Amino acid sequence: MVDVVLNTVRKSRGPWATAMARLWRDRTAMAALFMFLMILVLCLLAPVYASWAHMQPFKSTLDATITLNGQTVNVMEQSTEGLGLGYNPIGPTWQLGNYFLGADNQGRDVMSRLLYGGINSFLIAGAATLFTLFFATVMGLAAGFFGGFIDTVLSRVLDILWAFPIYLLAISLSIVLIAHGISLGPITIESGSLWLPIFIIGIVYIPYVARPIRGQVLSLRESEFVLAAIGLGVPSHRILFRDILPNVSTTLIVFVPLMMALNMLTESALSFLSIGVQAPDASWGTIIQDGQGLLYSRPLVALAPGLAIVLSVLTLNVLGDGLRDALDPRSKIKLGRG
Amino acid sequence: MLEVRDLKVSFRTEQGLVQAIDGVSFSVAEGEILGVVGESGSGKTVSLLAVMGLITDPNALIEGSIKYKGRELVGLNAKEMRQLRGREIAMIFQDPMTALTPVYTIGWQIAEQIRAHNKISAKAAELRAIELLAEVNIPNPAEAIHRYPHQLSGGMRQRAVIAMALSCNPSLLVADEPTTALDVTVQAQILDLVRKLQRNHKSAVVFITHDMGVIAEIASRVMVMYAGRIVERGSQSQLFSSPLHPYTKALLDSIPPLEGPKPHRLKSIPGAPPTLLNRPAGCAFAPRCVNRFEACINTPALTANGHDAACFRVNP
Amino acid sequence: MFLAIAQRLGQMLFVMLGISITVFLIFFATPGADPSARIAGRNASPEVLEAVRKSFGFDQPFYVQYLIMMKKIFISGDLTSFVNRGWKVVPAILDAIPVTLSLVIGAAVLWVIFAIIIGTVAAATRGSWLDKALMIMGLIGISMPVYWLGEVMNLITQSRFKDTWMFSWVPPLGYKNFSDSPKAWFLTLIIPWITLAILYIGLYARVLRANLIEAMQEDYVRTARAKGLSETRILLRHALRTSLISFITLFGLDFGALVGGAALLTEVVFDLHGVGKLTYEALLTLDLPVIMATVLYASIFVVLANALVDVIYIFLDPRVRTV
Repeated sequence: MVDVVLNTVRKSRGPWATAMARLWRDRTAMAALFMFLMILVLCLLAPVYASWAHMQPFKSTLDATITLNGQTVNVMEQSTEGLGLGYNPIGPTWQLGNYFLGADNQGRDVMSRLLYGGINSFLIAGAATLFTLFFATVMGLAAGFFGGFIDTVLSRVLDILWAFPIYLLAISLSIVLIAHGISLGPITIESGSLWLPIFIIGIVYIPYVARPIRGQVLSLRESEFVLAAIGLGVPSHRILFRDILPNVSTTLIVFVPLMMALNMLTESALSFLSIGVQAPDASWGTIIQDGQGLLYSRPLVALAPGLAIVLSVLTLNVLGDGLRDALDPRSKIKLGRG
Repeated sequence: MLEVRDLKVSFRTEQGLVQAIDGVSFSVAEGEILGVVGESGSGKTVSLLAVMGLITDPNALIEGSIKYKGRELVGLNAKEMRQLRGREIAMIFQDPMTALTPVYTIGWQIAEQIRAHNKISAKAAELRAIELLAEVNIPNPAEAIHRYPHQLSGGMRQRAVIAMALSCNPSLLVADEPTTALDVTVQAQILDLVRKLQRNHKSAVVFITHDMGVIAEIASRVMVMYAGRIVERGSQSQLFSSPLHPYTKALLDSIPPLEGPKPHRLKSIPGAPPTLLNRPAGCAFAPRCVNRFEACINTPALTANGHDAACFRVNP
Repeated sequence: MFLAIAQRLGQMLFVMLGISITVFLIFFATPGADPSARIAGRNASPEVLEAVRKSFGFDQPFYVQYLIMMKKIFISGDLTSFVNRGWKVVPAILDAIPVTLSLVIGAAVLWVIFAIIIGTVAAATRGSWLDKALMIMGLIGISMPVYWLGEVMNLITQSRFKDTWMFSWVPPLGYKNFSDSPKAWFLTLIIPWITLAILYIGLYARVLRANLIEAMQEDYVRTARAKGLSETRILLRHALRTSLISFITLFGLDFGALVGGAALLTEVVFDLHGVGKLTYEALLTLDLPVIMATVLYASIFVVLANALVDVIYIFLDPRVRTV
């Protein structure tokens, strides 16, 4: 009964306008969006910060010195523990531009690396999201719309990828590609390239998106307005782009922040396992790995990028929830495995 | 037995307060069958859900008075309402396919209701469930209690739902379109069953439907609803022989006659019922009414002399 | 019913075959480099390369190569590591399985219990501050990289608060065999269990809450209300009971994936020598035969876990029983 009431209400404005108005009023989602953009902009300012602070975040600087409260201090201090071998990097000075968060085990400024690493983390997560959504949409549309043999083959392939634990699939792909790169016809990707993690993460999540899309296309394919269009002899590419794709796009948009969040976590895990971003490039995952050896002496090296990941992923998830509530209030879209 | 006075149900929505039920009053006497007719969205289900205390939407506002055996139900606390529900007032829903929990046997579900209201052993509840299934003509009831809902046909499920509703001998049974989702032959059987059970258990029945044919079969008194208001009420014979409200007349005209020459075309009511948001001021039926005149911009009151209508043509 | 079981078995075999072929294609047929160079690891001598080429049949057609690989892993079990010369891979995996099982089963118990409690409480108090707080906590749990959480846990329990009454009981990192000392086994695993469970508690509590709220809109819940049952009983016996069906499906997938090696991040951080840690070490040395074998064993676990879920399913959902 109540549903009838609400449905009739919604007709009065366009669906997109209504959704955007609803999202705009969702204060939690808006705060999340604001915070996410803040983090993103801060990271994009990495080159500005590094040049202002005279830091070289990708070069080992074991013999650097800085001036701290009028005194000259070594960035790498001779260790006083145990046999006195090895060096301790300087801890956080809490002075912006002056090893704010301290140095890592190669004397590099953690703050600049954090910002630069953020760029890579966002870049990989974003590009992999686009990759996944594009191929998942193509597969989902083809399987759902044309059915028959195409559907059987595509669905089976998706089933198999689905049963594969994500991390193992990613590891298998990485270990094969990371050492030697890949060349597919005209496309050659070098082994250290950022394109490799993008490609790998992009592939492993395709079934997570393609399966729900296929389901949605399948039910749209049976809906009256599509059957009517087919009956009228409208060519299939026109039906696909004019009738089906716009309906699927809601699902796709809801997927964007959620896939971004998932991809950031996956990228950081792969980088932590040293099969994601390769040195000298940095991402939040590789910085955490750098910090692992310093965990008990300089915990901030690992804590800071981890917190950055948690904040970014959290804001993306909150934003994703808000988008879903706004675009799909009856929660008809089934995401992921749920 | 049931006295509803000036019942109003509204829902807070993004577009403001929406009035689903706008001042409905009716009563049900012991042992009678009251038919409630109306199109979907006319508020017939919502008003009875309000009686049952089953409007759980936190955005719903219920005003007015609902007295059951002299006891006020509006504002009654949840626990007392619960003790009434299922024991004193039972409800049968429209779609038997979804009305039963899929993971339990029908015997279990009937016994659950019996044991919610009576302190008896599981064994005794099971025996009672078998009895009830036999009473609603389910073949081989001792075995049927072990069946899951999905193993039964629609008609059989609706019988099971009816058996469950009758399990505590309710004084009032609310049946919300119990035959709509069923095949025509099964519909007739279910109607017979409801009539028989009503006689045996001496319960009063409120029978909600959009089907005038069903009303003709079963109801002793009839109430016609349109856009959240009662537009006509009276005994079944009054309503069918001399309908007062244009809407009732139109509803009766849209039934194919059983005798006489076949009409060239069945009459239909022009236009569609208003949605709750754009209900016209004054008489809600006026835009579709063939008899409308200047007075219809005001809201007509329901007369109160046994056979009543809310129409300025009847009660100027 | 037998038809349904046969169908499931067929599907299982199909998925296993599909995974093994995928693995084969990834490792041996990815364009870019000579597969024997990949297998033999970095800086392998020409003789080793030649030996690898022969032993894996790289001069023969693809299907022969595939069969050789499957034989080495599942039948003769004589797949050897080239990085660690002559080291037999399959026994190493079998040794590591109990460690992974200990980690994952314990975490699974934790996450199922807490997810059901939290999800149900949140659904029951829908819209309240408690619901919101629980869901935000769940969201934070989902948003944390599990290996990072593990490091934070280590920082707290092994370093910063090691000597306080709170964490003085925490043993140093590493795994203790259950057969040697059940108590040591239990104590070493507590922190890893909690760490691994937190992510899944967040995920499952949120999914369960959504399912419960959806179930509470169903017609059968309205019927249950009309029967005069209490809200608690409706929530637990009707809504939760039906929601558990999809909960279990999700559980099967994740449990299988974790046993199959997805717990590797937790194993690495807590220095537990399970299948995941084995995979990780092979990653660092680019020891492909080990990874190939762990991935294929993982697929067996995934498929087995799914089969197990199907059995549980039969108990939970009568509709499946009588297909």
